[in-house]
Amino acid sequence: MSAVGTVGQLLWKDLVVEWRGREILTAMLVFSMLVAVVFNFAFSPSPADAPRLLPGMLWVTLAFASTLGLSRSFVLEHDHGAIEALRLFPFDPSLIYAGKLLANLLYLLAVEILLLPALAAIAGVPLLASAGPLAVILVLGSIGLVAVGTIFSAMSVNTRIREVLLPVLLFPLAAPVLISGVRAMLSVLAGASWGAILPGLRILIAFDVVFLVVGYVIFEFVLEE
Amino acid sequence: MRAIEVEGLTKAFGPIHALRGVTLAVDAGDALVIFGPNGAGKTTLLKTIATLIRPTGGSVRLFGIDPRADVRLRAQIGVVSHQSYLYPGLTGAENLLFAARLYGVSRPAERVARLLETVGLTARAPDLVRTYSRGMAQRLSIARSLVHDPPLLLLDEPYTGLDRQAAGVLTGLLTAMRGTRTIVLTTHSIEQGLALCDRMAILVDGLIAYEAEDGLQDLHAVERIYAECVGVPA
Repeated sequence: MSAVGTVGQLLWKDLVVEWRGREILTAMLVFSMLVAVVFNFAFSPSPADAPRLLPGMLWVTLAFASTLGLSRSFVLEHDHGAIEALRLFPFDPSLIYAGKLLANLLYLLAVEILLLPALAAIAGVPLLASAGPLAVILVLGSIGLVAVGTIFSAMSVNTRIREVLLPVLLFPLAAPVLISGVRAMLSVLAGASWGAILPGLRILIAFDVVFLVVGYVIFEFVLEE
Repeated sequence: MRAIEVEGLTKAFGPIHALRGVTLAVDAGDALVIFGPNGAGKTTLLKTIATLIRPTGGSVRLFGIDPRADVRLRAQIGVVSHQSYLYPGLTGAENLLFAARLYGVSRPAERVARLLETVGLTARAPDLVRTYSRGMAQRLSIARSLVHDPPLLLLDEPYTGLDRQAAGVLTGLLTAMRGTRTIVLTTHSIEQGLALCDRMAILVDGLIAYEAEDGLQDLHAVERIYAECVGVPA
């Protein structure tokens, strides 16, 4: 089977199991919506402040929501030894990383599709005019978060404190994604041109490329006992 | 042809030495049973042969090739572990189809249907594995290990959790496969192990303490030898 076919099979398995159990998406969505409401009560942003607060509220929510999904991501493989079974298949173990990363990315994007309009509605910030740049920033930032998060999720799944360990490992390393994502989004909401957000996008792209490559290369060793 | 060649294999988990220089050779088509008390290193040995654990020292060759050097060699190995290797959120048929596709089995649906029939799970094939009993999951796990028709089978205490009927199915399967593929089996049941294999080894504290091809018909003699090796009364 080709590498693409193998990744497709791995992704199919994750999506089918998630569709039937709805463990990851439900947790991420409910958590995100609750945080959005809490943020609104905590800050009660005025129409003038809202565009300045929205990016921070969004990325903080996404960072925490992503750890909820990522921490469950490898539990599915861990509980019945399925991760060992995956390592017995005659393909490059790094493809397991690719499959998991895609599944995690889809979950996070699904949350964003619902969370961003909800946050914007609560804060009263119009987004339609800047939907294109916002989508680019969100997709690049999400790739970065799950590229690092999938590695740490696999590393922490064998530990008893995985729910604690994952954010402790993830957040310091994902800081460039969060900072660049917030800054780029602030510029977009302030009406800046593509040229103004380009430095932020460059950081996001560089981060994504570096950690996608690192994850792909080291994943075989991450999986070993 | 040698299916398995293990030379001076050592494995340490921190200060714990699970394997302390195991040397073992199994010819293609042979069936070897490995006995040993808990913690002797049986699971570590099988997992190292299966490429799941990187050895600290020594070497493993399967069919003359270093299995860590060529991932394609894994298609030659079927493993039944303590864990089921199954996804509870997939049906029995989906679990086998998933494995069959990733092993590149041609006509996976036909192969899966045949295996489900062999292990007596055709009627439960559309049900989620989370609804299976322990014994049914173990039967499916055995079917999963055979889905790609591997010439080398590594079975780590495969009778665990099986009821009498399921144990009979497994014994029938292994008996039918004798001579046609290489089998390495670990079990605590000396009687069951001797009935299925034509060679035995006793692993104690990470070392092969005893190896034999002859005299396996005499259960009491083997039990006595085992007790001497392990250091407990027969």
